[in-house]
Amino acid sequence: MARTHDVAVVGAGPAGLAAAVEAAEAGLDVALVDGAAQPGGQYWRHYDERHARPDDRDGHHGWPVFTGLRERLRAERSAGRVRYLPGRQVYLVTRDEAGAFTLRTTASLGEPEADAAGEVTARTLILCTGGYDRQLPVPGWDLPGVMTAGGVQALLKGHRVLAGRRAVVAGTGPFLLPVATGLARAGASVEAVAEANGTLGWLRDPVGAASVPGKAVEAAQYAALMARHRIPYRTRTVVTRILGQDRVEAVRISRVDRDGRPAGPVKEIAADLVALGWGFTPSLELALMLGADTRKDVDGSLVVAVDGFQRSSVEGVYVAGEATGVGGAVLATQEGRLSALALARSLGRPAVPGRMGRLRAAIGRGRRFAAAMHRTYAVPSAWTEWLEERTLVCRCEEVSYGDLRRAHDDLGAHDPRTLKMLARPGMGWCQGRVCGFATAGIAACLNRRETTAEDLRPLSTRSLAAPVTLGELAALDRSRDAQDDQ
Amino acid sequence: MTPQWFGRSAARRRGGADLVVVGAGVVGAASAYFASLAGLRVVVVERGAIAGGTSSAGEGNLLVSDKEAGPELDLALYSQRVWREDLAEHAALWEFEAKGGLVVAASEPSVAALRELGDHQRRHGVEVRDVAREELRDYEPHLSPELAGAAFYPQDAQVQPMLVVAHLLRLARGLGTEVRTGTEVTGFLRDGERVTGVRTTGGDIPAGAVLNAAGTWAGAVAGLAGVRVPVLPRRGFILVTQPMPPRTVRHKVYAAEYVGDVASSDAALQTSPVVEGTDSGTILIGASRERVGFDRTVSVEAISALAAKAIALFPMLREVRAMRTYLGFRPYCPDHLPVIGPDPRAPGLWHACGHEGAGIGLSTGTGKLVAQALTGRAPDLDLKPFAPDRFPDTEPDTEEVPQ
Repeated sequence: MARTHDVAVVGAGPAGLAAAVEAAEAGLDVALVDGAAQPGGQYWRHYDERHARPDDRDGHHGWPVFTGLRERLRAERSAGRVRYLPGRQVYLVTRDEAGAFTLRTTASLGEPEADAAGEVTARTLILCTGGYDRQLPVPGWDLPGVMTAGGVQALLKGHRVLAGRRAVVAGTGPFLLPVATGLARAGASVEAVAEANGTLGWLRDPVGAASVPGKAVEAAQYAALMARHRIPYRTRTVVTRILGQDRVEAVRISRVDRDGRPAGPVKEIAADLVALGWGFTPSLELALMLGADTRKDVDGSLVVAVDGFQRSSVEGVYVAGEATGVGGAVLATQEGRLSALALARSLGRPAVPGRMGRLRAAIGRGRRFAAAMHRTYAVPSAWTEWLEERTLVCRCEEVSYGDLRRAHDDLGAHDPRTLKMLARPGMGWCQGRVCGFATAGIAACLNRRETTAEDLRPLSTRSLAAPVTLGELAALDRSRDAQDDQ
Repeated sequence: MTPQWFGRSAARRRGGADLVVVGAGVVGAASAYFASLAGLRVVVVERGAIAGGTSSAGEGNLLVSDKEAGPELDLALYSQRVWREDLAEHAALWEFEAKGGLVVAASEPSVAALRELGDHQRRHGVEVRDVAREELRDYEPHLSPELAGAAFYPQDAQVQPMLVVAHLLRLARGLGTEVRTGTEVTGFLRDGERVTGVRTTGGDIPAGAVLNAAGTWAGAVAGLAGVRVPVLPRRGFILVTQPMPPRTVRHKVYAAEYVGDVASSDAALQTSPVVEGTDSGTILIGASRERVGFDRTVSVEAISALAAKAIALFPMLREVRAMRTYLGFRPYCPDHLPVIGPDPRAPGLWHACGHEGAGIGLSTGTGKLVAQALTGRAPDLDLKPFAPDRFPDTEPDTEEVPQ
């Protein structure tokens, strides 16, 4: 029988690393499960540590914070207080009558194995499942050479691979800047950054600059890098069409009004790489599987509702990082630490006076900053007007905008769930991870209203949090084997 | 057309409908379609969205193979004709596929039992072909070599059930039917004993007749009218695999013990594999059955058993990945027969519910028969075995309620 940990932390990005380390240092018995082969998450993604080079840290923010956490994780592992399971994705979480959680995991790298090695049982959970690039469909976005901004970044940081030579980076938000400067530093020519919104970044955002001064410094560094690489930064500009035969050859960009309606001259730019990013979508599979309450955040994404100690509505389940609202690595790290300290206190471990109070104050400032950023870099409300009948919304199942419109107009699919059942967006390999936000937005727009949490929830809920072989599922129920053997 | 049909013009005059259908699942949709085709003015009320309940939680089975002689088989064979004749022109809209069912047996005794069932079914109008062990792979190249034999049922077919609901309602709307979603029935309008319409969250709707097609929730709707219809939930899980090459699994393939499980009243978990491909390339693996009320948590035991038994039929599935699982609540009655027809205890109230796991297949026959009876014609099939008042009024439900 596997041991029951005090806590299982899911995810080893900024929030999860901080949570695992703090929890172990507070004396808890910790399991840390992560899909990647080495810690760091998306934010501190880096090349295989066994073949590290000094320049792997280039373009990384808070790298010493990461290496510090990594060192502490090593120490806690050697002390036997953290069981670290890299390369495993949790596909199912259940709770037994005694209240203990069981995580079932499958190998995210290498071959699947049908045994219980990846099963983790714990009294409590800290879910730090992070997020991924939010995408909006646009004509031509299914051409080879179009990637998510985060995907381009992952290839650079994780694999030292440059995804193209002539790049256009488009969408909205501050994340476009590190992607653009990262590409330029690696030798690509960045033809343009198309920012859909009107501001010039953090420097002109009074709320942002005031709440978290460090961010202003970061912004100034990017502004300098953009200037050094002579990257044109076009505000109120969107990519309305991506052109090419078998792969990207050019993009058409257009000036837009405040709502994102094309309202100015159109220009074509030759490119072989288009990196698109519209903010981030939190990964909520496990929290939703456990029945945690969710809400719609300022940026329009569904997030887990937590209290001032990172507690979700489900007893014993804490959530930290992007899953509670996209806010960046600094905030995520603070939330991870707070969740671990609050949990340790609830399990009777002595609390260091003042630490939680300071963290909570910092988190409050971080959240206010994040909200200001979300308002500055909102997804344009009129984005569906860029779509054409044939534009694919769900790429897995090849469902076009026209298919969705017909399911709405002719078949009475008035909500995203019915739209999904009748037209199949989100029914393929990715199970709606890519098209869920867009489908919810289209459903709301077809009904002339704003998206609600109820629209987003069915598209964020997944019965299995990751694909898993039937062989692994068959091996799950060991009581059945016992019966069969008799 | 229908002189004996009561209350119709009166309700219409009061701004109401000839018929209010409660529930926009497959049975409600089929009933609305055939009733509007027969000239009735129909309003469908649905508390959620169309096809939001059990209709979106199954595989879309149109099976005759799993039925022994009796009223359900008669209704299944009648529905077959409705699907293939009355609705033939629309078949492509809902991905109707006459793929046939292959019932496989693992041992010689089990093959013998299958042959016996087949002979019996043949006498009652079911087409059955005996399949010998060595022919198995001609039907299904990936079947386990361990199997002993099979029976092939060419009448078994498949549809995409949500598309059935949506298109039947679309066709009904074209015939004047009104569909009100997000509208919950909160009570009935009465004139003495008579049901004269429904009270809803969107206002009262006077009607000549009200049809309770609320599926697994039909017992509660009947309760609002003060009558007992013992429809209870029986939970089922289905696993969905990654998309596979076309014709990886060609028919509906299931193990012989499935027939026994369908007819069983045991509350405990039962799983017998039903494996089939879909238009979109996914393979569906059903079907567990257990009585646990309306519990929506994923059962590790159920999905694990489904996976194991599917692998026993198709060993190649071991390495195939499941992308999702979904569950639904089949509406079942203690005698495993649906409830179809007028309720003498509350004149004006009709029922079409309790079809258990066969509701998709039986929906069209049910809808057509209800429309015939509603418009005063003699239904093509005797509805007596499905009478709503066949259950004792006072019998306690304790045996049916899960712990």
